Amino acid sequence: MVCANDAAARIAAQLNGAVYVTHQHGCGQLPADAAQTRRTLAGFGSNPNVAACIVVGLGCETVAAADVAGDISKTGVPVVSIVIQEEGGTLNAINKGVKIGRGMLADISMLKREPCPLSALILGLECGGSDAWSGLSANPVVGNASDRLIREGGTSILSETQEIIGAEHILAKRAISREVGDRLVEMAKRAEMGALNGGVDIRLANPAPGNKAGGISTLEEKSLGCISKAGIEAPLQEVLEYAEVPTKRGLVFMDTPGHDIESITGMVAGGAQVIFFTTGRGTCVGCPVAPVIKICSNSPTFEKMIDNMDVDAGGIITGEKTIAQVGEMLFREMLEVCGGKSTKSEDLGYGSFAVNRIGPTQ
Amino acid sequence: MSALATFDAHCVTKEDNVAIVIRDVAAGETVAVHQGSENLKITAATAVPAGHKIALHSFKQGDRVLKYGEVIGVASNDIPAGTHVHDHNLEGLRGRGDKL
Repeated sequence: MVCANDAAARIAAQLNGAVYVTHQHGCGQLPADAAQTRRTLAGFGSNPNVAACIVVGLGCETVAAADVAGDISKTGVPVVSIVIQEEGGTLNAINKGVKIGRGMLADISMLKREPCPLSALILGLECGGSDAWSGLSANPVVGNASDRLIREGGTSILSETQEIIGAEHILAKRAISREVGDRLVEMAKRAEMGALNGGVDIRLANPAPGNKAGGISTLEEKSLGCISKAGIEAPLQEVLEYAEVPTKRGLVFMDTPGHDIESITGMVAGGAQVIFFTTGRGTCVGCPVAPVIKICSNSPTFEKMIDNMDVDAGGIITGEKTIAQVGEMLFREMLEVCGGKSTKSEDLGYGSFAVNRIGPTQ
Repeated sequence: MSALATFDAHCVTKEDNVAIVIRDVAAGETVAVHQGSENLKITAATAVPAGHKIALHSFKQGDRVLKYGEVIGVASNDIPAGTHVHDHNLEGLRGRGDKL
């Protein structure tokens, strides 16, 4: 929780290869909001990419470290909780965390990479800093690669509820049942009500200024481009709340905000081991525990931000390449990344984390 | 980036009534539009920046604007053919708490 951020950071600083996440939550939260924070923290620590985990808490917070650690331990990830008040202060807590962490690192050093079936893979789909090309090149490319994964039995999570507004009817038609389709439409309505109840034009927040500069005029236009990340053929199997773990394989939807970091955090807490992130304006975001592969919608931005971009989909705009060609390239890139190849955001040490809140701070 | 392209703008579907220009277009220029299997030419009435939309025909205020074969909003004023279509003359219909 927030009061333990510094202790967690200092423990991680002394553990070679460890990553840490800090956040502003865990206390002063109403029940549903606190439950979502707990689910997110526990899901993040339980992600298949995490070899072991230390949960650090203060001791008097709403979302207790022992509860989060208890949730994580049920998934089989080795986990220990450290509570600063119980340890008798920060120095004792850091000391204990470093000692335990060194033992975990020794165990982790013996782990060997093993082949896994593609059906075990969960892919998170994200877009950010979109421009008008995103919906024509990068997003359909991601959709093509997602369709390929799903044909192999894998799972893709489409996210960002605000960015299906105006396109939800298309996705709902692909739902496996009336109930799943209705739930998706209801979720889009729930996201839209924020603007309607507030008496404001949703465009004041979305599309963002950079989206508009890139040629996107309305939210509907952005959404219609956004949903092409879900491909063209996979039926929608399930609709999830934020940070919920899918119970079905294939295409699923998760209720996340348009805020990229909160959205990625939710999908990774839901088990996504790799993220496809499309952009047109350029973005540098990474995740502490999952590789984020950047797919750029246009070649000028790809070249301008080469240290942040992984795959160039710009050839589709000029007619040099097809969506299927770049989709296959991206699919192969994903397999390499799952096999250990590092992404640009990893090389830069980027690892942002943000929990979506559904209630005001008390 | 249009060096290899044989068109200046393209439509996502044949139902669309706006096209996306793939390079900066100046007022008065002839724009070759790729729409499905057809190619058409329109004259730009205004400058249109790369990635932005150009009107394929004239719109009356309130007319629906189609891209991806779907409604992306309505014309917020009359739009002559060949004009840059963006948030100054196109407004979304969803999430409009200001319009209730």
